[in-house]
Amino acid sequence: MATVWFWLLASMIGVYVVLDGFDLGVGALHRILGRSEADREQATGLIGPVWDGNEVWLIAAGGVLFLGFPDAYAAAFSGFYFALIIVLWLLVGRGLGLELRHQLDNPLWKTACDTVFWLSSGALAFMFGVTLGNVVRGVPLGPDGYFRAPLFDLLSWYGLLVGAFGLVALTAHGAAFLAWRAGGDLAARARRAAGRLWAAKALLVVALAYPTYTVRDEMLTNFADHPWRLAFPGVVLLGLGGEVAYRRRGRDGLAFLASAVFLVGMLSTAAAGLYPQILPARDGQPFGLTIHNAASGEHALTVGLRWWSLGIALAVGYFIVAYRFLFRRP
Amino acid sequence: MSSHVTVDRWQFTLTVMFHYLFPILTMGLSLFLLWFVTVSVFGGDARRLRPLRRSQEERDAHGRAAQFWAKIFAVNFGAGVVTGIPLEFQFGTNWAAFSKFTGGVIGQTLAMEGVFAFFAESVFIGLFLAGRDRFGPRVHWLSAFMVWAGSWISAYFIIATNAWMQHPVAYRIEDGKAQLESFWGLLTNPWLGWQYAHNMSGAALSGAFVVAAGGAFYMLQGRHLPFARICLTAGVIGALIFTVVQIFPTGDQHARMVARHQPSAFAAAEGLFETEKGAPLVIIGNPDTRRRTLDSTIELPRFLSFLTYQRWDARVTGLNDIPTGRWPSSVPLVYYSYRIMVGLGTILLVLALVATVLLWRGRLFRSRPVLWALMLAWPFTFIANLAGWTVAETGRQPWVVWGLQRTADGASPEASVPAGSGIFSLLGFAGLYVLIGLLYAFLLARIVAQGPEPAAAPDR
Repeated sequence: MATVWFWLLASMIGVYVVLDGFDLGVGALHRILGRSEADREQATGLIGPVWDGNEVWLIAAGGVLFLGFPDAYAAAFSGFYFALIIVLWLLVGRGLGLELRHQLDNPLWKTACDTVFWLSSGALAFMFGVTLGNVVRGVPLGPDGYFRAPLFDLLSWYGLLVGAFGLVALTAHGAAFLAWRAGGDLAARARRAAGRLWAAKALLVVALAYPTYTVRDEMLTNFADHPWRLAFPGVVLLGLGGEVAYRRRGRDGLAFLASAVFLVGMLSTAAAGLYPQILPARDGQPFGLTIHNAASGEHALTVGLRWWSLGIALAVGYFIVAYRFLFRRP
Repeated sequence: MSSHVTVDRWQFTLTVMFHYLFPILTMGLSLFLLWFVTVSVFGGDARRLRPLRRSQEERDAHGRAAQFWAKIFAVNFGAGVVTGIPLEFQFGTNWAAFSKFTGGVIGQTLAMEGVFAFFAESVFIGLFLAGRDRFGPRVHWLSAFMVWAGSWISAYFIIATNAWMQHPVAYRIEDGKAQLESFWGLLTNPWLGWQYAHNMSGAALSGAFVVAAGGAFYMLQGRHLPFARICLTAGVIGALIFTVVQIFPTGDQHARMVARHQPSAFAAAEGLFETEKGAPLVIIGNPDTRRRTLDSTIELPRFLSFLTYQRWDARVTGLNDIPTGRWPSSVPLVYYSYRIMVGLGTILLVLALVATVLLWRGRLFRSRPVLWALMLAWPFTFIANLAGWTVAETGRQPWVVWGLQRTADGASPEASVPAGSGIFSLLGFAGLYVLIGLLYAFLLARIVAQGPEPAAAPDR
């Protein structure tokens, strides 16, 4: 049952990264691609009605971590204190920048809101990468099940590398979204940017392989021991290849989908490499949290699965309906 | 209590109290928005239901009223979302030991809030704010309904979480951690029903007073009169209904439950030191915890016993019979917050009653003193709501989970989150919230200054 919840959690994080990933990416590109006020109006208009719903997947995933693995939730959130508080402030700032920009018709106001919006969007994409990098690298968990990771400890060379990957991958995802949904010059520029960012993210995928092996060799041996898990890196390649192929043919919608497949592939590869660990300890210390020693009681997990399935089915229904309404071209 | 726990408490106090200002209005106003949209969509000349029997002109006016309040609702909802995210995170960042201890139980309700309420709310608010013209009246009504339902369901799960902390049920302790034993037991906690009803009626009365204040504001200026009439009517009737429900039965029943299960909180709220048969109801008085007396009192003899147990000579436990280690950490805070809540509730009830009588006699729109009072009353409903929560949360002390975990034992360990880290983030939140508060006030003032019918011709 804990295994089921591990994968449910991973899939919720996956949905979050795919959905909020594109609006974070659009945000990070806001001042680069949006050269005129009309462009920027168009870009924020596209994500304006959906970003809040997308972000709820993060909140819901946090809730599921609390439900399924309270010990991991407690250790990670208190240990990553500064990183999380900064992420919170960035989330608040980003929401304000995005929601407030259309409240006042004054160029200074809009510039101020835009600046907060793109800086915090980019910083969030980077911070999410850093956090993932540090989970893979492992945290200095003690025998009491807690740790403390000061901010600069998180920004090790490996953390920075995964952070850079997060920024590039989500920016590429945002560019792919704009190439698909936007119109005019904005879409053309986004298409070119998506092409360049694709090359950058493919390069980073290759660059990540060896460092990942050095910080945590299970990340590779896990695949050697369970060859079926190689399907996940296969998904990554599928996404990368599909994106190029569809973009060449001018199928921007499918190219965006391929970018989503790529993100899901990367996350599930990370999850498959970690499983059954959920918050590993650093340097081979024995205090790591796994799905066995961090999970809630059996009844909580069993009954939780029932209502979770119902609730997520409803949520997926809402999202499909809402996206169909909002993305119907008027 | 060591200093890092104090800082954690201050940070949670600040963030939760500031955040809760917005959901009060989200929950209260969504009810009235739903009402206005319902009249504008389903009203008709020949409806059998009297409140829906409306002329075309009235239906349009209700539609415009809904549009105006939707603008305010949107700003308020946004502020609620951005200030709410830190709360879920803080359970883990600052209250890690509490999360570890309780996650097996209240992880259920907190995750359910995300899955069942936030998704619905966040998706349908987008559709609702897109406006009636874009997707047609029925989708518009459905999205208004889902926004209302989402916010009220969200509150149910949060109160279910809090009710478990006030009155833990349906769990067993395994390896020093609480584990869920019965899912239905958690969702039907006997504490939950009255606490939920009391809280929601509190939010609804805030919504009612805000709507009435909007109406009074324009009525006093002689602008936007159709809008003002609609808002005053709905607001005043709503205010009367919910101030009554707030006191009886919900407040009354909730107080009885506190008396039964949390005698220390009850005695602190009532300022009762000596256990008494036929305890008096104190109207005013100052508790002195050092000498254990209540000074300068005006009291109604035996009323407390009667109100609590329906017997004039019933025995009510005083603080002297409870070890000081189990007293709330600040008895005066519980005591005065309770007075503020009850006092404001009573005054608001009188105001709502007077306004309703005038409305019924057809004189409300001309009674300037009452309109002034209605225009200025709404902030006090927020104070009353927060004072009520202060009673609930400080009354529960020294426990974070009643009888199971002390607040001091629930904080993150000092080695992970020392006091300095907490002070850093606390100051950051304080600064950020000042900014949010200023922006919120500025945007609301602009919406109100523009008025509900910016494009329409001026009223006669």
